[in-house]
Amino acid sequence: MGAYHFNWFLAWQSFPRFYWGLALGLELAALSLLIGSVIGMAGAFGRSFGPTWLRLAVMSYVEFIRNVPLLLLIYFAFYGLPKIGITMFDNVWSFVVALSVYSGAYLTEVFRAGVNSVPVGYTEAAKAVGLMPWQRVRLIILPVTFRIILPSLSNTFISLFKDTALASAVAVPELTYAAEWLNVNTFRTIEAWTFAAVMYLFAGYGIAFILRRIERRYAVIR
Amino acid sequence: MAPILKISDLHKHFGPLEVLRGISLDVDPGQVVALVGASGSGKTTLLRCVNALEDYHKGSISLGDEQIGYQELNGRRVRLPESRVARQRADLGMVFQSYNLFPHMTVLDNVALGLVYVQKKSRAEAERIALSWIERVGLAEKVKSYPFQLSGGQQQRVAIARAVAMQPKVMLFDEVTSALDPELIGEVLAVMQNLARGGQTMLVVSHEMMFVREVAHRVVFMDGGVIVEQGPPEEVLVRPRTERLQTFLTRFRGVLR
Repeated sequence: MGAYHFNWFLAWQSFPRFYWGLALGLELAALSLLIGSVIGMAGAFGRSFGPTWLRLAVMSYVEFIRNVPLLLLIYFAFYGLPKIGITMFDNVWSFVVALSVYSGAYLTEVFRAGVNSVPVGYTEAAKAVGLMPWQRVRLIILPVTFRIILPSLSNTFISLFKDTALASAVAVPELTYAAEWLNVNTFRTIEAWTFAAVMYLFAGYGIAFILRRIERRYAVIR
Repeated sequence: MAPILKISDLHKHFGPLEVLRGISLDVDPGQVVALVGASGSGKTTLLRCVNALEDYHKGSISLGDEQIGYQELNGRRVRLPESRVARQRADLGMVFQSYNLFPHMTVLDNVALGLVYVQKKSRAEAERIALSWIERVGLAEKVKSYPFQLSGGQQQRVAIARAVAMQPKVMLFDEVTSALDPELIGEVLAVMQNLARGGQTMLVVSHEMMFVREVAHRVVFMDGGVIVEQGPPEEVLVRPRTERLQTFLTRFRGVLR
């Protein structure tokens, strides 16, 4: 067994591939957070105010997603959906579907907890001012909820970003896939994975830093 | 003069607990009516019924000639749709014990909100009105502050400005100084006293007997969900007729003599 010869230059030559992989991962995470938030808001609303069948449906959805591995959802969306006639998604979009459905379940719980923790006094003050029901939701309850759950949203975004590594399983050219490519084509195994790990680290740290600043900017509820 | 607010034979219970057992009360325009009584006597519940924040089981509440919160349909009393109730609430101002300023809005936005979204005034017009009320409660230098940057007394003054800026027919005050540190109570009471002098109709739940005695035109003493005694403060607070009121007032003896 010979000694492993490091060749960082080869890894560095693939930097554009890594860079675009990272950018794609961030886009996938952001898109899934956005779609997941819409699902989460609807889910929280249905779970709290909907008829019994809807409550049960939302609860089953949340429990199902919580107890099924994400990779399985990704495979189902990529290999399974076309088999039942849904052929509109390529590998990238099938991954977005899977990750959105996945984050939607967690965000349902996040939004539900958030709405429930809006003090009833704000709603009553909004009533006393004479606001219509939908105005109370739009002007008071949702903005306050958003501020309450902002830290949870940041954490969800960071963990979704790390979950985008799983997209490599369906050949989405994100950061992990770039590392895999380098490994397979140049056998620079350690360089490839180290390079990817360092990029994940810096990106994750950077995102956390920015999100903390945004949280502080909006932390007007003490 | 016709009463602006008319409460007739109001009954309410929470499960088996009867909180209001036949309350009838008229408030004339420009009058300041103070509701006093021990906690649990039903004062706050009564006030919340007036603003349709609570359902009640029998009786009626009218503002002008419009019944609040309910309508008669085929001889049955039916709750009005929320959008109708919302429109009615625009004619009533309410200030809460816990201020309840909207935490994500500046002082200016808190006061302007109802003017813009309920009274449909232009943003500029709403801000002009809001600003003049913020000045009148003495907080002109705080317009751009957020609620968490203000003291309790300041927050409560903003809450009063938010309510009166809508020019409500009746203002409801629900123990608005009970959550305040003693040294901050005075500034809030001063604002209320100014409003009363300006002819604002007010229904006030308060434990501040000096304030009640000075400002109220009529004092209503409630106990066990009924009105036990009412009249001008000099009579009710100084020469109580019933034993229940005498007992209640003993704890304010130092303040009232």
